[in-house]
Amino acid sequence: MADSTPVVKKTARSFPAPSVIPGFAPTFGFTILYLGLIVLFPLSLLVLRASELGLSGLYSVATEPRVAAALRTSFFISFAAAAIDVVFGLVVAWVLTRYEFPGRRFLDAIVDLPFALPTAVAGIALAALYAPNGWLGAPLAEYDVKIAFTRWGILIALVFVGLPFVVRTAQPLLAEIDAELEEASATLGASRAQTVWRVLLPPLLPALLTGFALAFARSVGEYGSVIFIAGNLAYISEIAPLLIIVKLEQFDYAGATGIATIMLAISFAVLLAINLIQAWSQKRFGHV
Amino acid sequence: MSEALAPDAPVAAPRRVTEEAPLTRYLLIGVAVAFLGLFLLLPLAAVFTEALGKGVGAFFATFDEPDALAAIRLTLIVAAIVVPLNAAFGVCAAWAIAKFSFPGKSVLITLIDLPFSVSPVVSGLVYVLVFGAQGVFGPFLKAQGIQVVFAIPGIVLATIFVTFPFVARELIPLMQEQGTVEEEAALTLGASGFRAFLTVTLPNIKWGLLYGVLLANARAMGEFGAVSVVSGHIRGLTNTIPLQVEILYNEYNIVSAFALASLLAGLALVTLGIKTLLEWRYAGQIAGRRRH
Repeated sequence: MADSTPVVKKTARSFPAPSVIPGFAPTFGFTILYLGLIVLFPLSLLVLRASELGLSGLYSVATEPRVAAALRTSFFISFAAAAIDVVFGLVVAWVLTRYEFPGRRFLDAIVDLPFALPTAVAGIALAALYAPNGWLGAPLAEYDVKIAFTRWGILIALVFVGLPFVVRTAQPLLAEIDAELEEASATLGASRAQTVWRVLLPPLLPALLTGFALAFARSVGEYGSVIFIAGNLAYISEIAPLLIIVKLEQFDYAGATGIATIMLAISFAVLLAINLIQAWSQKRFGHV
Repeated sequence: MSEALAPDAPVAAPRRVTEEAPLTRYLLIGVAVAFLGLFLLLPLAAVFTEALGKGVGAFFATFDEPDALAAIRLTLIVAAIVVPLNAAFGVCAAWAIAKFSFPGKSVLITLIDLPFSVSPVVSGLVYVLVFGAQGVFGPFLKAQGIQVVFAIPGIVLATIFVTFPFVARELIPLMQEQGTVEEEAALTLGASGFRAFLTVTLPNIKWGLLYGVLLANARAMGEFGAVSVVSGHIRGLTNTIPLQVEILYNEYNIVSAFALASLLAGLALVTLGIKTLLEWRYAGQIAGRRRH
């Protein structure tokens, strides 16, 4: 019949896939608009400004002695702090998931404190604790150990900041360990230490690496909890994020942009590394 | 003797093969408790002790200062703008991503998570590059007499940036898990799309939404690095609580600094408390826990 409505058969792939659920256009549109305005536009402007500097410009910013020193300080201490977090975070996660003892639930909840406590508050609290007249600083001062206003102070602050990343990535895996594996290992004559070392820990490796990467990435960019305890001596205990602020205060926008771009590149490298770890883990262990 | 009444007096059960020796266990618990005590509980205790160090009077005197009150007010205003905006964004993004299938979805999710991997200081810096005196819109805004950086709009924008992913990343996995069956049923029964959202979707995601809002709010009120770059530190005008804490601390006004800080520490504890409660009671209804 001539007036019957033709059945429209979509052969081209539609965007989104056909669905009876309404509201795709407004929600998707708002998502893209908001994401673009708030996140993508400002970040791409940073990249644009950095590209105006060019590779040689970035290189000369990075090799400026004070900047190089700050980047080194940030990276090495963040690396050390993340390593410490992996060791103690594993112990904490193990104890919290596998043992029952009074106060366990409280400690489990408090692990997230570094996520919830504003960085400036953590910063002044740590500075007060480790200052030469503080609860921990005073006894340490008697042994001529100085923590606050040295690089050790930065390390302490970054260990604080990174801890929950390791604990929270390891915990769910520890909870899911198959008891049969442990029993099999024991019946085959392995000692408990061998079972832990050769059966339980290897599947945890990707989670620990992911936790390490997350803690490291957070530590490199951390500002608030570090600056109060660091002392901020140029060339010694000055971190890269602080130097961005110093450059901005001197109206050295190119310098600030350069450091920020280098830090952004590091974050993306870490993100990429995490994705690679997880892809490898999926293949090797069948879980993330 | 009571032992006589129980002929097979309890002998310690042999250790199971999947457990560590008691000594190892106590040692590990000791290490974990000591580490958490040293790194988490001690700083927390220090905040409240220092705040009350010169007595309750000095503690409360902090809150008579107009600058402190202005900082508290500004923090509340910023959170009141930022949190609802990001919550609305989170719901929209989760609806589009979880209820539909389209190419490029995982890229979109990665982009939404992006602000978490950017240093707070860099988050502030990008807005200086956009709106600052030397920024792209700087000259235009100056001609209009509008100030964004070193004023409240800059603080709001920087705070939106750092709390951007919280609600969305809570809701996306949750709504993906829930699928579209219930909404489809509501639509078949004649509900409008919006009604289906209000009466079917919203009740399903309310705890996850609350969870995300809670975390976003804690971060919005406590953000320091990003806000520090764009604020300009004008007392009584552009100082949020964390910035006021910094100023007081650097002036050696220790009691006031910690008194204000204890407000934020209290907020952090309340946040952790509610968060833990949600995780215990509604574990299945929040995506929580696994993802941070």
